[in-house]
Amino acid sequence: MGVIVEAENKSSSILEEAPAWDASEFPDWYREMQESAWEAARALPLPRAKNEPWRFANLKQVAAVGDYVAAPPVDEETARELVARSRMLDTSEHRGKLVFANETLVHDERPDEDGGLICASLAEAVTTHGQRLQEYFMTQEATLGSEKFALLHKSRTRSGLFLYVPAGMELTLPIEVYHYVAGHCASIFPHTLIVTGENAKVTVVDYYQSASEDEAGLSCGVVDLVAGQGSQIRYVACQNLSTRSANIHISSTLASADADVKSLQLQLGSAWSRTESVSHLSGKGANSDMLSVAVPAAGQEVDQRTLQHHAEAHTTSDLLYKNALSDRSRSVFAGLIMVDEGAHYTDAYQTCRNLLLSDDAEANAMPGLEINADQVKCSHGSTSGPITDEEIFYFKARGIPAETAKQLITFGFTAEVLAKLEQPAIEALLSRLVEAKFEKLA
Amino acid sequence: MSIDIRDLHARIDDQEIIKGLNLTLPKGEVHAIMGPNGSGKSTLAKVLSGHEDYEVTNGSVSMDGEDLLELEADERSRAGLFLAFQYPHEIPGVSNANFIRAALQARLPEGEELDAVGFYKELYAAMDALEMDRKFTGRAVNEGFSGGEKKRNEILQMAMLKPVYAILDETDSGLDIDALRIVSKGVNAMRSQDRGILVITHYQRLLDYIVPDHVHVMKDGKIIRSGDKNLALELEERGYDWLSEESAA
Repeated sequence: MGVIVEAENKSSSILEEAPAWDASEFPDWYREMQESAWEAARALPLPRAKNEPWRFANLKQVAAVGDYVAAPPVDEETARELVARSRMLDTSEHRGKLVFANETLVHDERPDEDGGLICASLAEAVTTHGQRLQEYFMTQEATLGSEKFALLHKSRTRSGLFLYVPAGMELTLPIEVYHYVAGHCASIFPHTLIVTGENAKVTVVDYYQSASEDEAGLSCGVVDLVAGQGSQIRYVACQNLSTRSANIHISSTLASADADVKSLQLQLGSAWSRTESVSHLSGKGANSDMLSVAVPAAGQEVDQRTLQHHAEAHTTSDLLYKNALSDRSRSVFAGLIMVDEGAHYTDAYQTCRNLLLSDDAEANAMPGLEINADQVKCSHGSTSGPITDEEIFYFKARGIPAETAKQLITFGFTAEVLAKLEQPAIEALLSRLVEAKFEKLA
Repeated sequence: MSIDIRDLHARIDDQEIIKGLNLTLPKGEVHAIMGPNGSGKSTLAKVLSGHEDYEVTNGSVSMDGEDLLELEADERSRAGLFLAFQYPHEIPGVSNANFIRAALQARLPEGEELDAVGFYKELYAAMDALEMDRKFTGRAVNEGFSGGEKKRNEILQMAMLKPVYAILDETDSGLDIDALRIVSKGVNAMRSQDRGILVITHYQRLLDYIVPDHVHVMKDGKIIRSGDKNLALELEERGYDWLSEESAA
């Protein structure tokens, strides 16, 4: 059986077979864009070990992207079941909820499009808000290694959220978007595009999940946050795919003057997860906080690449990535702070911390700085190590047994990052998910 | 009822630090151990509280008749022993309140839950007594605390855990005079017929605030002299050297 699946996969691999565009589904501009993206994706080779952005990467996992096929439509029963499972935040805690199963919208609950607000599924936005969408759609090119996968995404994506929040509008409660991949070797290409006008505020949470823990799926997502002047975006990507799956997540933040963006990646699932996150600080007073928590176990791998690009003076960025690694899991972090000429008075910080909970876990960190301006405050640092005996002794001296101490320390290690989002309901939710994963490990 | 230390020898790696130490700390009394740097004072505190880096090679320590050396550090704490650290550890992401709660929870029988309302009431009262801002409940344990705040936090934990015996390791180091006064007030409030307190310090200054019943001088891993509180004043005046000359003579 396995052999047949493999044989089928080879013939219809997403790296080999052109997407089946439906001429009636999308307008010409979109289809043409996807066709040319496909040609461009085809022309690029898969990443190789000698490519700097793929240093320490697991290239077997990269090559395995070719094993995935286009996702089949899900049946009604599966769709119903997935919608029923999509209950992360309470109804009172969110402003909207969209659920996609293999890129088909199966649940649609969102704020009314009043006052210039656009809150639409990507497929709908392509048709009804084409002009607005084109202005922003994939205008930030992938630069941290996944150019081919970004093009692949562009050639296939038809699901996800387009959110345009006009000047002055504040959506206080988060909008939740669930992206399910169903079927063995199925692939999804979820897209998230958030654009805020002047002084607007919004929070969005993406969940990437598998329909079944037994299936291997691929999620190849792109997220672009375009924060207008003085606006505020809070964004969370919560990845909890099956542990046989693969995740590629390419995200960018473009922060205008006085814009404040906080984005957080929570990595729980998938066998292999490659995230590439870029922040462009392009206006005076712009700030981007880049946060990440990963708790890989067994043979899971997280591969994280980041860029904090300060293009304008008086901009700030703060990156905090934490990985708590169990068993034989592995992490790679490569981050760069780049301060352009003239971007004086930049404040940029980059910290990657790895907590090694097992002797067999492996953490690789490659922090970097490139400063071409004066009067900047920049720091980067990474630490890797186990829980120390001194830490445990402090707990034991208070009567807390060593096992409980380890749990509290590990949980605290991740909680520190989640708290920085300053969104209590989401923080509580993500804490529960982290706790659930630790419980599974214990 | 007391902690009894008899002919205690302890080492770290291959170096013997405690070399035949005898001391009795009865309930209801405050004892001070003074001594020059390197005399083994802090090592004694760690050995008593069960730090695994130190190996006891000879002697005995009992607490109210129970063999302390047989117990793990966490068991010693639950049995009623407390160590206020010289350098309290920072624990990112674990709030002060949750840390103390976990310590109290560990003292309850399996399946029993700590009463949260009562806990916070008691915690706030203890914090008020130590003039600690309420914001310290939600802050990560010792993280970003000043030296004085860390020491105050140790005494807060002591107040919440209500030990039978407490060892204060250089609690005065890094304290300005106001903090010293507040911390001492906190310790004095815990003086009781049912509690023994061992104050380890390098300076006599602390003993102006926490007046001991007995003072011991430690040097080279042993108690070389014991006396009342006047011994501390004498040490302040004459230093430690005359004692070693005397004991050598």
